[in-house]
Amino acid sequence: MAISTPTTPDGAPGAAPPAGSGTGAERQRRSALLHRLDVRGAPYAFVAPFFVVFAAFSFYPLIYTSWISLHRVELSTLNLMEWVGFDNYTALWDDDRFWNALLNTFTIGVLSTVPQLLMALGLAHLLNYRLRGSTFFRVAALTPYATSVGAAALVFTMLFERDFGMINWMLSMVGVDNVDWENNKWAAQAAISTIVIWRWTGYNALLYLAAMQAIPRDRYEAAAIDGASRWQQFLTVTIPGIRSTIVFTIVLSTIGATQLFGEPLIFGQGPNGITGGADNQYQTLGLLLYEEGWKNYQMGRAATVAWAMFLLLIVLFVVQRVVKRVLARKA
Amino acid sequence: MGKARRKLRTRAVAAVSAVSALGLVVGCGGSDSGGTGGGKKDGKVTITMGLFGVMGFKETGLLDKYMKEHPNVVIKADVAGDEQTYYTALQTHLAAGSGLKDIQGIEIGRAKELSDTQKDKFVDLAGVAGTDHFLPWKQSQVTTADKKVIGLGTDIGPMAVCYRKDLFEQAGLPTDRDEVAKLWEGDWSKYVDAGKRFKQKSKDDKVAFMDSSSGLFNAMIYGNSQQFYDKDGELIYATNPVVKDAWKLASEAATSDLTAKLRQFQPGWDPGLANSTFASTVCPAWMLAHISEKAGPKNKGKWDVAKAPKGANWGGAFLGVMEKSPVKKEAQELVAWLTAPEQQAYLFKEIGNFPSSQTALGMPEVVDAESDYFSGAPIGKIFSAAAKEIPDEQVLGRKDGTIKDIFSQGLTLIEAQNKSPNEAWKTTDKRIEKAAG
Repeated sequence: MAISTPTTPDGAPGAAPPAGSGTGAERQRRSALLHRLDVRGAPYAFVAPFFVVFAAFSFYPLIYTSWISLHRVELSTLNLMEWVGFDNYTALWDDDRFWNALLNTFTIGVLSTVPQLLMALGLAHLLNYRLRGSTFFRVAALTPYATSVGAAALVFTMLFERDFGMINWMLSMVGVDNVDWENNKWAAQAAISTIVIWRWTGYNALLYLAAMQAIPRDRYEAAAIDGASRWQQFLTVTIPGIRSTIVFTIVLSTIGATQLFGEPLIFGQGPNGITGGADNQYQTLGLLLYEEGWKNYQMGRAATVAWAMFLLLIVLFVVQRVVKRVLARKA
Repeated sequence: MGKARRKLRTRAVAAVSAVSALGLVVGCGGSDSGGTGGGKKDGKVTITMGLFGVMGFKETGLLDKYMKEHPNVVIKADVAGDEQTYYTALQTHLAAGSGLKDIQGIEIGRAKELSDTQKDKFVDLAGVAGTDHFLPWKQSQVTTADKKVIGLGTDIGPMAVCYRKDLFEQAGLPTDRDEVAKLWEGDWSKYVDAGKRFKQKSKDDKVAFMDSSSGLFNAMIYGNSQQFYDKDGELIYATNPVVKDAWKLASEAATSDLTAKLRQFQPGWDPGLANSTFASTVCPAWMLAHISEKAGPKNKGKWDVAKAPKGANWGGAFLGVMEKSPVKKEAQELVAWLTAPEQQAYLFKEIGNFPSSQTALGMPEVVDAESDYFSGAPIGKIFSAAAKEIPDEQVLGRKDGTIKDIFSQGLTLIEAQNKSPNEAWKTTDKRIEKAAG
């Protein structure tokens, strides 16, 4: 690497020692070498931790996962691998569980992301007003995000319980019969989305708020002079002003939705959590991966699902870029 | 000078960051070679245990007792609440060769898989002194083809039917445990018939006859020597008449609206016990502790236990010692002590885990045991009788635990999602193929 390059732009004097060097010259040369190492090498040493960690925890697993996905291998006997080529991939393509999980991931993703971002936008707009104790409200908005997935999901699971859950109890007061939240497909997906929405709305709201505060006040003043109402100001000044942040949160939420795992797992509890309900009615791709790997112990098939998710994210990313470019051209 | 010192500092920082980065990597790789957590130090022996559910050793103070009797021994037990989670972790640890404890609990549904695929990682307990007191079929469940014993038995799960006297009475059914047992003597289908009578005459239509159809299914399956697999390890669930009959009867119960549509040990079941939403449940001996805890003091004396139509065994566990353990000898002694007749009888008395030791079955603590909570039912006699009906040979299969879960879910499809039994069977069949194929 750069350490071995002989030329140093800021090479210390005496980098090229005179012939017939004595001990002094020797020492000088060594110190020059060390100096060169220091100047050239130190930056690499500084960034090394990231790359080493990246290699160990991201790159190596990525490669290893792809290697495993070409084999039939069980968790209990990882040393026995049977080469099957792309069989796992074709099997996944033909597996209706995969398409079911993909669709569920999409529907739960939409059910949770769309209301979540809209609510975050509204919340940010409210927080953006001058109000007393604004710091308190901002911190309060962030507290759900600080709760662990496990705790939040457990509490919501109890709230959504069929016979004695609080939500059914409240519904019964307005004359609605007990909803079997877990066994009804859309009810289950809505319940899971609620957990996601609850956890992430405040977080996104703070992102929006930060962007909103960067919008110059005089734009609002100009709009007000032109006779724009609060709502019109929101539409014509605020939204365009934070457009890039909105795109950012959409990308983040999409990634989050693709990886949705903890909420449905805990919502179902036990074997039903792993399969996403008795009828797989809320099994996401993440759960399918877990089921293949840690219930059926088929690591090859689990790795294939992981790669399918990875490819899916790449496709989503490309689509997003294309859409952005098309929109930019229009504008 | 200042410059030199600064240089020295950057150098030091660079070196530290490089070393720590390396350390991270090495640290991850290095833990593989670690032992099982136990060891000997300063004359003290530390033994680590990995347990799940309520095996009772920690809960009833048995481990403390052992430590008192053996002052040089320190036992550290990790208890996972959920067996599924526990087993997944155990599998991962076995595969990675790290993170194991000296002693690991083994649930019966996993016994075959472990003795088939992981026997080299367990110590052979065949020759341990004083361990010839078990029921013959119990040890055969963890004996490998070459006669290696990878675990010693803890409890077993002979089954009976737990029922609510008050709810039976309001539906015009008998309440005396002998008469109740006569209702379904010899045939599980009579249990479902009793359910139909219950439903017809019950004055409270919020109360179901039984908690779940999968409980009934399990009870029927577990009374036979061949269940999902045959002796050669081939899957036979699809043709085994035992499974077919159990499926048919369980789905009949589900479609006749006899169940509370709950899943045992899942959300809703515990509040169901506390709020009396069902009148009976098929209960292995170890479930009594759970019922009395969750149904609570207000339902004390309302519950009773009646003999099941047919003896069956649901559950039970083993304790295995890891080959890697640095304290193998001490760990084996501990396992032998924990599974000895006296301790098994004690555990039965304390928390109702039924002994797998023949000697313990004859001890007065077991024979004369009665349950206060369950209207003074002679549980010692009822469960002993059930244990004797359990077939001597029980063929276990590698994926028994998983297949049982898939069947439970298949019955949920009928019970809570209004699928037809045929449709549900097809789905179940396909899932088992995926999971066990």
